[in-house]
Amino acid sequence: MIDIDNVTKVFGAGDAAFTALSEVSVTIAENEFFTLLGPSGCGKTTLLRLIAGFEPPTAGAIRLGGRDITRLPPNQRPVNTVFQSYALFPHMSVAQNIAFGLEMLGKPKAEVKSTVDDMLRLVRMEAMRDRRTSEISGGQQQRVALARALAPHPEVLLLDEPLSALDLKLRKEMQIELKRLQSETGITFVFVTHDQEEALTMSDRVAVMSAGEILQVGPPRDIYERPAERFVANFIGESNFLNADLAGDSVTLAAGGTFPVRRPDGVRDGKVSVLVRPEHITLGGAGDTLRSTIENVVYSGEATVAHMVLPTGEPIKARLSNAPQGDGALPGAGSQVTIGLAPGAITVLRD
Amino acid sequence: MVDTAPTTTPAEQRAAKRHPGRAPKGYSMRTLPGFSVIALFTMIVLYAPIMILVIYSFNEGTSLAIWEGFSLRWYRQAAANEAVQDAAIRSLYLAFIASSIGTVAATMAALATTRTRRFPGKTMIYALINQPLMVPEIVTAVALLIVFATIKVWTGHTSMIYLIVAHTAFCIPFAYLPIRARLETMDMSLETAARDLYASPWLTFRKVTLPLMWPGIVAGLMLAFVISLDTVVITEFVKSAGQETLPTYMLGQLRRVVTPEVNAISTVILAAGAILVALFFRLTQRKG
Ligand SMILES: Nc1ncnc2c1ncn2[C@@H]1O[C@H](COP(=O)(O)OP(=O)(O)OP(=O)(O)O)[C@@H](O)[C@H]1O
Ligand SMILES: [Mg+2]
Repeated sequence: MIDIDNVTKVFGAGDAAFTALSEVSVTIAENEFFTLLGPSGCGKTTLLRLIAGFEPPTAGAIRLGGRDITRLPPNQRPVNTVFQSYALFPHMSVAQNIAFGLEMLGKPKAEVKSTVDDMLRLVRMEAMRDRRTSEISGGQQQRVALARALAPHPEVLLLDEPLSALDLKLRKEMQIELKRLQSETGITFVFVTHDQEEALTMSDRVAVMSAGEILQVGPPRDIYERPAERFVANFIGESNFLNADLAGDSVTLAAGGTFPVRRPDGVRDGKVSVLVRPEHITLGGAGDTLRSTIENVVYSGEATVAHMVLPTGEPIKARLSNAPQGDGALPGAGSQVTIGLAPGAITVLRD
Repeated sequence: MVDTAPTTTPAEQRAAKRHPGRAPKGYSMRTLPGFSVIALFTMIVLYAPIMILVIYSFNEGTSLAIWEGFSLRWYRQAAANEAVQDAAIRSLYLAFIASSIGTVAATMAALATTRTRRFPGKTMIYALINQPLMVPEIVTAVALLIVFATIKVWTGHTSMIYLIVAHTAFCIPFAYLPIRARLETMDMSLETAARDLYASPWLTFRKVTLPLMWPGIVAGLMLAFVISLDTVVITEFVKSAGQETLPTYMLGQLRRVVTPEVNAISTVILAAGAILVALFFRLTQRKG
């Protein structure tokens, strides 16, 4: 559907040149909910602007349904954007904003009106149709921006952190709403966020970006459970990184114990870093062999986090669900415990 | 966890505005010694002569110094004076044409200096547009006089065109300033959004840029109009015989007999200017 082929974007020239995207390649499927996730300044907005046509790429090509659109002006692309800053027209009412795209496409008046009514209902803004955009709240502006971009029924909808201004409750509601919209309309969504939880819950696939590059693309479960690199593991969820030795299909931790692992491509035998998620660790099991010393225990509602050190001096933390009743008390700081790792808990990283 | 630097949301910015840190204390008129005295003195110097001028425009007598009772005599006389009528019509005609053309040019210049990519010489163009504000009017006037006098001799052509050209050129930077100021407050992403929603470059301009910059254009037009209306030095140097405008007519009168007729004309010009300037401030201060 959308084919980003070796796209590079350089801003400025000479000494001031800045590479915002370097040789990014990714293919986004039809009707996919595709999320770009990464820290501020990593190039998410830039990639969206290239897809929308607001900027030409410095090198590379962008194809939509097989057609090369690299040089097509934005008004000729069947792509609409929900802007990070909303960019609602201040001299128009809510309804006029939503009608704008349809009018520019030359749709008949009756059709414009009925589509606008549908959109207002969809984002629950019927009561505000004649308000100026300066007379509605930030969350409402965001919903109008969404309606305005959806109204012309584009093939691709680009959403640049569209939920960032909403409070938690509305945000959760809109997440569900967006997901529903996407499956109902058959529109391909390219969604930008730097909220990892949002990315994991909503997306069909996630691309993790850093400093102008896509580090890993995959379904949320893959990204979370089998991150390829330390950056990805670190950016998404809580992580323990341990030193280990890789030999064939098993690793031996520096702290002791040999475990079977999935061996990623391109990693050679020898010293490696491995990832263990804190929730994949159990304490005081019958057959546990790894010993550690508790430093600190933190209660956080649904879980308790135990911060420990291994005999090698490596820090490790375990996240333990709190049982419904039981006193659940863990041994205090300074006590020795044994650690167990759930099968498959160890992921070998590629760095 | 990598900490993702928080971008400030509009909500946060609003919150910051409501709860500013320790805002610096403003100056107080009471605690600044001499503030009121200087302010008062300045006001008197600025406005007292104008007050006197206005008051004596209603004088019954011919004197500019002795009050002989209230009358509208000088207004009636000025209105009936064919030379005044002629000069007034010429002034308005000139101001209308010059400010209109000047505003169109200024609008295009403002668009070119705010709505295009960086191009070589952009700063230079910006400086050139504003330069007339820095060049003393008398220098411009002398320069124009020399060039236009030569052309007049060559061609024998002496229509209003010279005044129109001179006033237009002089007006442009005044019209340019409020238009540019307006464009700079306008978010470029609005035009991007219009392009995204299938508007061609021309429709984007007509449906989004133009309506949003309109208050700036009107303000620029009014400022240019007022500037053209009271430019006296350039007009005096460039005009051909019989092309008096109100200011040059008044200047001519002052050299001969001075009657409160000049006060009456001044008062009318003053009122017209004040109304336009008040409108100008309303337009530039209202946020669209
Ligand atoms: N027009 C431009 N000129 C120069 N540099 C730019 C321009 N636009 C973006 N950049 C730079 O490119 C980098 C990527 O910017 P981009 O807006 O894509 O980041 P982002 O991932 O969307 O970040 P955020 O999460 O903060 O929105 C940034 O370092 C930014 O400073
Ligand atoms: Mg961004």
